[in-house]
Amino acid sequence: MTLGRQETAEEPGSDRLPTNLTKVQELVYELKVEQVMTRDVITCSPDATMAELKEVLRVNRVSGVPIIEDGQMIGMISVESLIRALEQGEAQARIRDKMTTRVQAVRADDTLAGAVALFARFRYGRFPVVDAEGQLVGIITQGDIVRGLLKQFETLWHSEEIRRYRASHIFEDIESEQTTLILRYRVLPRDFVRGGEASSKVKRALDRLGAHPQTIRRISVATYEAETNIMIHTEGGQIIVEARPEEIKVIALDDGPGIPDVEQAMQPGYSTAPDWIRELGFGAGMGLSNIKSCTDRMSLTSTVGVGTRLEMIFDLTQGRH
Amino acid sequence: MIVSEIVDALGLTVAAGAQGLEREITGGYASDLLSCVMAGAAAGNLWVTLQAHPNVVAVADLLGLAGVIVAEGTAADEATLSRAEERGVPILLAKETTYTIVARLVGQGIAGNDPARGA
Repeated sequence: MTLGRQETAEEPGSDRLPTNLTKVQELVYELKVEQVMTRDVITCSPDATMAELKEVLRVNRVSGVPIIEDGQMIGMISVESLIRALEQGEAQARIRDKMTTRVQAVRADDTLAGAVALFARFRYGRFPVVDAEGQLVGIITQGDIVRGLLKQFETLWHSEEIRRYRASHIFEDIESEQTTLILRYRVLPRDFVRGGEASSKVKRALDRLGAHPQTIRRISVATYEAETNIMIHTEGGQIIVEARPEEIKVIALDDGPGIPDVEQAMQPGYSTAPDWIRELGFGAGMGLSNIKSCTDRMSLTSTVGVGTRLEMIFDLTQGRH
Repeated sequence: MIVSEIVDALGLTVAAGAQGLEREITGGYASDLLSCVMAGAAAGNLWVTLQAHPNVVAVADLLGLAGVIVAEGTAADEATLSRAEERGVPILLAKETTYTIVARLVGQGIAGNDPARGA
């Protein structure tokens, strides 16, 4: 398998959903009422009759409307009030006498979370939306909220798809004798909180480039071990990824102290990590042998007092992913 | 079986990463050595460990694990939890020892990744 779009089709989408769920919570706080509300508000005059209201609701397929007089919202009336009036034979009654005047409105610049809370608290089907001056600018229903969230979701999903599409085509779109994409990440010494960040970024980059999941796993494991080694044993360094359609090379470089006996360091179980590092679960002496089993080729060169260079090569053209 | 079913069955406390509770569990793995986990745990595994520092989340995320069960009442620090929340990796706290948790996971039908051995 090589890098490219042909592999994106078989990407399993199973691990997308959990991130999307938190996304809903995020979006509810990000989106404003004005982004999802209906702007073309159907309104009625307070002097219209309930029979006329029935026609307005029927023709526009809405279940409630704000009542406007002299450009100001003075009330709301819903289909429930209409039914009650019709039952009591009051089809000719004025809306003015039947409307709710204690109107609960929502501000256009409120977050959706604010609107959701209102729907939970009051059992109205809709809320009029007003601007800072109290002017009616729209109306919002629970349906508007759901539609707004879905639309935003689609946009987000599309932008990730577009990113993947663009990234996975980079090797076809850019013509040269040999195109190589180089990614560079710094690794800080003893930064346990951010440890693994470089590997995570490499993983995401390879995912967008359309690498096979098995290839991504091999490279992630090896890169993580190399990153951890730099973090634990050195004064800092960097991870450089050179991606080509047929091969990925990951280089881990540091500025010392260097490994005195490389052959010994390669032995499974051999570790120079101090006890406190081992207590954190690092320093099992398995890092380099893990790297070896994940790579197709690796080379480790080190000079004491100068630094270490670890090259890991992943062949994308062979049967093994 | 999904993570939330194990949370209920074993009475675990969800400390972070509740977004991942719907993940399907493919098996189990137990170790406190991160490199062993990197080599031995498979995607979708539940990982039982005493470690609760931020690198646990990095390992679980890189391998696509279903979740991490932190045994023996080890407290997870704030950095670990916020990172787990960000990545959607469930961090599940248990009072019991690793041994007991593994036994109870096996009782729920969660097997290890070792190749099956004939009797």
